[in-house]
Amino acid sequence: MLVSMKNICKDYALGKNSSVPVLRNVSLSVEEGDFLAIMGPSGSGKTTLMNLIGCLDTPTSGEYTLDGENVTKLSENRLSEIRNRNIGFVFQHFYLLPRLTAIENVCLPMVYAGVPKKERLERAKEALRTVGLEDRMNFRPSQLSGGQSQRVAIARAISMKPKLVLADEPTGALDSASGAQVMELFRKLNEAGTTVLVITHEQAVADCMNKTYHILDGQIRETEGNP
Amino acid sequence: MFENIRLALQGIWNHKLRSLLTMLGIIIGIASIITIVSTIKGTNDQIKQNLIGNGTNAVEVKLYQDDWEYDLSYSPLPEGVVPVSEETAQALREIEGVEKVSLYKARPYIDGTVFYQNTPFSGSLTGIDPEYLGIYGYTLTAGRNFVERDYTQYRKSALIDRKAATALFPGEEPVGKIIEISGEPFTVVGVVAVRDAFIPTINSMNDYWMYADTSSGKIFVPGTVWPLLFRFDEPESVVLKASGTEEMTSVGQAAAQILTQNQILKSDSKFSYQSQDRLEQAKQLQNLSASTNRQLIWIAGISLLVGGIGVMNIMLVSVTERTREIGLKKALGAKRRRILSQFLTEASVLTSIGGIVGVAAGIVMAKAISAVMLTPTAVSVPAILIAVAFSIVIGVIFGIIPAVKASKLNPIDALRRE
Repeated sequence: MLVSMKNICKDYALGKNSSVPVLRNVSLSVEEGDFLAIMGPSGSGKTTLMNLIGCLDTPTSGEYTLDGENVTKLSENRLSEIRNRNIGFVFQHFYLLPRLTAIENVCLPMVYAGVPKKERLERAKEALRTVGLEDRMNFRPSQLSGGQSQRVAIARAISMKPKLVLADEPTGALDSASGAQVMELFRKLNEAGTTVLVITHEQAVADCMNKTYHILDGQIRETEGNP
Repeated sequence: MFENIRLALQGIWNHKLRSLLTMLGIIIGIASIITIVSTIKGTNDQIKQNLIGNGTNAVEVKLYQDDWEYDLSYSPLPEGVVPVSEETAQALREIEGVEKVSLYKARPYIDGTVFYQNTPFSGSLTGIDPEYLGIYGYTLTAGRNFVERDYTQYRKSALIDRKAATALFPGEEPVGKIIEISGEPFTVVGVVAVRDAFIPTINSMNDYWMYADTSSGKIFVPGTVWPLLFRFDEPESVVLKASGTEEMTSVGQAAAQILTQNQILKSDSKFSYQSQDRLEQAKQLQNLSASTNRQLIWIAGISLLVGGIGVMNIMLVSVTERTREIGLKKALGAKRRRILSQFLTEASVLTSIGGIVGVAAGIVMAKAISAVMLTPTAVSVPAILIAVAFSIVIGVIFGIIPAVKASKLNPIDALRRE
């Protein structure tokens, strides 16, 4: 079991004494090698759920085990390490640093992990080769198309060879051709053994995945397996 | 670290105008401090050189009555003061930092005592021992020096300096001439001059009164013949050659103490030996000029404070602008410390560039001021190093608040911010 969440609740404080529940008793498990989507309309709590799975936030109550380690209540620094080692993030708006070249962007997580420079460059090139952008490695984000930028972001997400890739609306800012390319890339990664979890509100995206969790009003409503 | 510095430089370059304006406060502050310090150092170097000269390191110890130098020309032999014994002379030679010791007897201002034919001489007359001329750096320019027999056989021979030569024998060859000292005939055997005569820098009337060499000529005779001209048992003055300029004060004090103890028999005497401490005089003058300038440094320091606040302000803006970058870095696994050091590095790179530019501007300004006002300046290397180090420290101090703010950003909020 890669991700195991039990009775997770998350409240957001509004003022001094009031808070609004965003997630209510969510239990979720992700097996290694899964290829799944979490789907829900906006306001359903899916981004909050992704933040919790991605160790960007800690739950108000409940228990979360990631790859055998209880990460429910860890220090900020320890969570940084876990994000760095175990999770690759792909965001809707890519979030590449504009001042860095493609390969420097891909190197970032390895910089934080303390990988030596030579090895860093080797691995970054390899990741860019995987996403088919080896020839653009010295381009800056402003010189790349949206689809290319997202593929660089995917290369960055897999540069540390994490077990889990978390993607938040990865095709939301792309045209359908680029979007399809990105989804194809995810499938390839999954076939190579990486667990991929995509958060989306598009049925077309969810249809690409092996399994879909529907989330509504802070609760997981149904699970469907795609053929 | 180097990566951080490189990125910081890149960031500064990307916002050239903003960075320049931010650095301006630091540049002005550091430049004014460097200017002031250079002016202080220039003045101090000049004072020291004017008073001490070019390193003969000669310390004079003379007999004083109360606070006045005792002049034997018009005064009786001082009561209870005996000539310097061989033991005392030995003790003086053994003072730490003393290279040479000379005992001499002097009339600093004589008039109507020395004649050449009918020409009277006014100047100084000194009865010297074999070390004296060497300590003051005199060399022979004509004739011969005193030899041992001049001393042991009480020969009436004299050495004169160039000023005395031109005063007594204008247009004539001095060596071999006979002069009259206190009615006794003395043969001029040689002419001496100070090697590398030091010419004080004189920028104002004050400097002129202070330093200009207004003395007339000097005549030297063997110390052993002194009693023929004046009185027996006149107390000697002492001049010591210190091994270095910094030793002059301690050597002078030690010698004065030894002489006062051994040569002055009455403990309640109004007489004492005192050293004429040129180094100490120089220091006092330097302090005088430095204390006013030190206040200027504080005022210049205020502009550094203002500059630092400017840096803090711009760093806070930068943190806000780059919220999403910070959030992304944290999401990718950057720890707090890394974000902190990134912003601290950026702030201190900014201020250290300001510091370096400020140092350069300060040196240019100091040179310009010295050219216009004719005051001396000297660039102080330690001051430059301190200024640059200090500007880095300012960057760290005023960068702390923005950097801590950046490092505490929550990655979720930071990423969500558009």
